[in-house]
Amino acid sequence: MSSIANASLPDALGHFGPYGGRFVPETLMHPLQELEAEYFRARQDAGFQRELSYYLREFCGRPTPLYFAERLTRELGGAKIYLKREDLLHTGAHKINNAIGQALVARRMGKSRVIAETGAGQHGVATATVAAMFGLKCVIYMGAVDCERQALNVYRMKMLGAEVMPVHAGQKTLKEAINEAMRDWVTNVRTTHYILGTAYGAHPYPVMVRNFQRVIGDEARRQILEKEERLPDLLVACVGGGSNAIGLFYPFLEDAGVKMVGVEAGGLGIRPEQHAARFQGGSLGVLQGTRSYILQDENGQIQLTHSVSAGLDYAAVGPEHAWLRDQNRVEYTYAKDDAALEAFMKLGRLEGIIPALESAHAVAEVIERAPGMNKDSLIVVNLSGRGDKDVAQVVDKVGLQMPK
Amino acid sequence: MNRITERFARLRQLGRKGLVIYIGAGDPHLEATRQLALAFDRAGVDVLELGVPFSDPLADGLVNQLAAQRGLESGTTPAKVLATVAAIRRESAIPIVLYLYFNLVHRHGVEAFIRDAAAAGVDGLLVLDLPPEESANYDALMRAAGLCAIYLVAPTTPEDRIAAIVRHGSGFIYYVSREGVTGMQTKLSDTIAAMTTKIRAHTDLPVAVGFGISNAEQARAVAQHAEAIVVGSAVVNRIAESGRSPDLVAKVSDFVGELAAAVKTAGV
Repeated sequence: MSSIANASLPDALGHFGPYGGRFVPETLMHPLQELEAEYFRARQDAGFQRELSYYLREFCGRPTPLYFAERLTRELGGAKIYLKREDLLHTGAHKINNAIGQALVARRMGKSRVIAETGAGQHGVATATVAAMFGLKCVIYMGAVDCERQALNVYRMKMLGAEVMPVHAGQKTLKEAINEAMRDWVTNVRTTHYILGTAYGAHPYPVMVRNFQRVIGDEARRQILEKEERLPDLLVACVGGGSNAIGLFYPFLEDAGVKMVGVEAGGLGIRPEQHAARFQGGSLGVLQGTRSYILQDENGQIQLTHSVSAGLDYAAVGPEHAWLRDQNRVEYTYAKDDAALEAFMKLGRLEGIIPALESAHAVAEVIERAPGMNKDSLIVVNLSGRGDKDVAQVVDKVGLQMPK
Repeated sequence: MNRITERFARLRQLGRKGLVIYIGAGDPHLEATRQLALAFDRAGVDVLELGVPFSDPLADGLVNQLAAQRGLESGTTPAKVLATVAAIRRESAIPIVLYLYFNLVHRHGVEAFIRDAAAAGVDGLLVLDLPPEESANYDALMRAAGLCAIYLVAPTTPEDRIAAIVRHGSGFIYYVSREGVTGMQTKLSDTIAAMTTKIRAHTDLPVAVGFGISNAEQARAVAQHAEAIVVGSAVVNRIAESGRSPDLVAKVSDFVGELAAAVKTAGV
């Protein structure tokens, strides 16, 4: 399969080869078709594109820098490392690229209310932010465990005027938040748009979220060509649902010389219920609207997951990633909790940048690979978010003391 | 003939309405499920809809979510549900539909699941999150196995979709009478008559109406507009209240008997 064919997916029903599609209760089928039609109309509409670019530039702060991490590069002694600074965006992560885009679509559809799920809270904050800006009513579903470990973001959402609904079902993390958001949507679908935060779920979400996030890769491609006059050798991004990764990767898919690595959450190690690396311990299944790799038991029940990072702590991976893995276009690996924590500290101390724990998984992989690469080779790593939200949790994990 | 098709044909002959009862399999345990099924048959239930518990029941309200959780806690697996259906079959010909999420079928293998379900004595499957757009292979396998593929129509379903859905369905069409998850309501949706009329314009299949019917009075009212009504959460709630007490089966089947009496006399 050629790389050009990779870039032309999904098909009309949202399939990426055997993955993707639309597996939802009948009540949502027609609303999804309406959303698909409206999104594709908007995409062709120059006015919509102008408005989107306006908000990305003036409100979110795009373009984000592609920053040469000089001290990290020197310390690792191999490839030159560039950081795509999505952490510098308004609200502190790449999530706002998609939240703005979907809020504009929701407005076109005349929806007065938006809902979202959130894991680490970054997508919830982004959604609460755009809802405030556009004057939309906003409800965010968040697992009760995540509310606790990402408390800062819960307060931010509330300050922005959103209602935060803690979800107490199951393991009280991202998957349960999505279930609850879908229950809300199915009940209020005539007035409400569901701003799904990752490249997952029923068609058109995976393609729509990818297209709103591809601005990351489009910019990075232009920027690296300006700075180095050539394409990078390697792209690295963390993969929860996979929106920051597909956003970086997608514009490079046809560049055969550019290798790509997606980094899943290895948690405590690849043993059942101790990680969230779907390509390591997962198998083909259907969950929350799409067919992809999921962590499940032999009966098809979804397994528990674990990661130090709430944003990667999810049992399924976006369908386009499953496809790109089958095509050998993207390699998927994992970083464990301890490697991510080490990368988190290292980037702070060497570069003065505290990354989100999610993004720290990608940095951990760079720390592994860069030393073995030539000094003239280039790595671009997506620094998808900043780590303020993780400070309290990391303090506990690494045992920092308040000075006496 | 398939037991569901046969039952609806007989109801039509008698000029009577049907009663479909939903319970979560394995709630509180599979032996109770077996006893409830047999008691429902005696109480006049026309179709038993057995929910196969799933870890992530995103179309279900809290009552049925908790039932699924109790089912999983009692060790209920799809294979054990099929074994329970086989056990019910030894004593009863009550038509049985499994209500389930697609991943449970997918994991087992669609072909193998349908074969095993048919062998156990299941009469139909209602796969919540498998729309006709994704079901070409499934429909063919279901037909070959003689099982009814039950499809949903919702208040949000436009007329052209209704026309497409009924072509895929067999046994009966399940009209979900309101937008939302499963659960009891104090007020019934006012779109039922209009939507069942629309469905009938496209098919001769019987229409069963469910989601939100919680007592005999509502059951009788809705039965005016449909060939059958479905009651789920209200029954599941009574199972939850009785739990593992010895009068569980008697209490729940008394309630179901009231519903049956209300439905059977409706519209006659």
